[in-house]
Amino acid sequence: MAEIRNYTLNFGPQHPAAHGVLRLILELDGEVIERADPHIGLLHRGTEKLVESKPYNQSIGYMDRLDYVSMMCNEHAYVMAIETMLDIKVPERAQYIRVMFDEITRILNHLMWLGTHGLDVGAMSIFLYAFREREKLIDCYEAVSGSRMHATYYRPGGVYRDLPDKMPQYLDSDFRTDKELEAMNENRQGSLLDFIADFVKEFPKSIKQYDDLLTDNRIWKQRLVNIGIVSANRAKQLGFTGPMLRGSGVAWDLRKNQPYAVYDQLEFDIPVGMTGDSYDRYLVRMEEMRQSNRIIKQCVKWLQENPGAVMSDDHKVSPPKRTEMKDDMESLIHHFKLFTEGYCLPEGEIYRAVEHPKGEFGVYLISDGANKPYRIKIRAPGFTHLAAMDEMAKGHMLSDVVTIIGTQDVVFGEIDR
Amino acid sequence: MQDLKEQLIEVFGESHLVEAFGELTLMVDSQEIIKTCLKLRDFFSFETLIDLCGVDYLTYGQSDWNGNASASGFSRGRNHQGSKDRHEQRFAVVYHLLSVSKNKRIRVKSFVDEAEPIIKSVTDIWASADWYEREAFDLMGILFENHTDLRRILTDYGFKGHPLRKDFPMIGEVEMRYDEDLGRVVYEKVSIEPNINVPRVIRK
Repeated sequence: MAEIRNYTLNFGPQHPAAHGVLRLILELDGEVIERADPHIGLLHRGTEKLVESKPYNQSIGYMDRLDYVSMMCNEHAYVMAIETMLDIKVPERAQYIRVMFDEITRILNHLMWLGTHGLDVGAMSIFLYAFREREKLIDCYEAVSGSRMHATYYRPGGVYRDLPDKMPQYLDSDFRTDKELEAMNENRQGSLLDFIADFVKEFPKSIKQYDDLLTDNRIWKQRLVNIGIVSANRAKQLGFTGPMLRGSGVAWDLRKNQPYAVYDQLEFDIPVGMTGDSYDRYLVRMEEMRQSNRIIKQCVKWLQENPGAVMSDDHKVSPPKRTEMKDDMESLIHHFKLFTEGYCLPEGEIYRAVEHPKGEFGVYLISDGANKPYRIKIRAPGFTHLAAMDEMAKGHMLSDVVTIIGTQDVVFGEIDR
Repeated sequence: MQDLKEQLIEVFGESHLVEAFGELTLMVDSQEIIKTCLKLRDFFSFETLIDLCGVDYLTYGQSDWNGNASASGFSRGRNHQGSKDRHEQRFAVVYHLLSVSKNKRIRVKSFVDEAEPIIKSVTDIWASADWYEREAFDLMGILFENHTDLRRILTDYGFKGHPLRKDFPMIGEVEMRYDEDLGRVVYEKVSIEPNINVPRVIRK
């Protein structure tokens, strides 16, 4: 009989299930994975090097482009690091807006994950339903920042501008009748907050639909249950954070354990898994969406009742009003200095992390007192998760690799930086 | 944090501990990194290595404008030498540890020499160090002794140099294009001009 040897399979970087540009070198024994070696860096853009060459405010946009499905959470970690070093007080309203958009971002991220994870393992329709809701939230991004993805909305000292009083509406078009247009604009009659309040009311019904489609679905369970099991101790060893750690049964969430912004004033629960398999991580993320919905609801209520400033009035970091600049010399100077040279941070180093939808997203900033960071290190949660690919995939079948990539929720913008 | 600080002082001595912005940094001699990390993991229950990175202190505290740009008048940016002599060794390896059980964080920092940028690998202590050390090697050129698989990770196959070092140019060294005559991709010396619009300024 001929000798049967292991063979090597090249998976990606152009494979649709590779979630971007992951290249996997798989060593197979029949259909069983012996070794998985992810090759990353195909989306490396040198963010850390670029940030070193720019004044602090000009790098906020780079943060959006790290994990490009949860943009504002990335910004949050970066501006928090700057604010702590400069000791700026952020207005409470801005904190609430940030928390609200962090949670909107979390739902955005989890919907994206749910849709693509479903597609990967063969469930087509969930993708369409997930993107239906995603569209509404992206409209919120657009309403507040003018951009549907790369918002650059958080600034050191607060957020760039207050929430708009009018939610943008759909325009008349040849492709829809007046009646259809009216129905589309029905929940867009009031302010952005009214639109979000309406979304929060309707969203549990959508989650119920996802639930009905997947949770007890036999094929879904056959593909996910007992795939990629990681024990609690091993998860900590491997540096897991976020839903990957909670799926293994560790109740660890920075929003609860090391609260930032106004999370300590809001009510929400932390879901944890039991077995640490892909199905548990799916359940954890589904519950996180419900909890995010709860947080958004509380934020909307608070924001409706408490108008006020959304930006610190320290004009060393925030631009003065246009009207002030017309007749106030000092405002003009502040404006000029802020947009040319920027501001200098005190000498020192800091690490600030937020509970990003994927795990702990941290920014390690070293300043030598200049107007640009001396060194910035971005701690991306996906990087450590993907590093565990070999361990998680070993002994599984080739088709399960796709499930594991999906359950890790990898996005190459943050992994490759 | 105060009780953690007291315990750390007891074990490592006060001179190695720095507190700033509500964070603790433990300065460690590069020879003792394994011993210290084991202690931190086993006695202080820092069971997770959250982050590991290299830092290049080559141009620390230097600004683009010289001190005599305007000797009197406005306080222009100037070259202040004050903090530079603190970093006699060029590279540092920085570890960020997290204790999930005790809800504590600590930063461990160890300097290594330019002539011999080598430090013991902590992959046996924390599994997550594997890719982080590869990244630090790739981008900063720091070597990790006893690391079983120290390959480049983020840069291109066959890349030369360590891009996050301060003496590596922002525009890179080479550029790539497809050559129709040769029928393959070729690498050439980079042709774009470096362009940084805002000078680096340090103000006191």
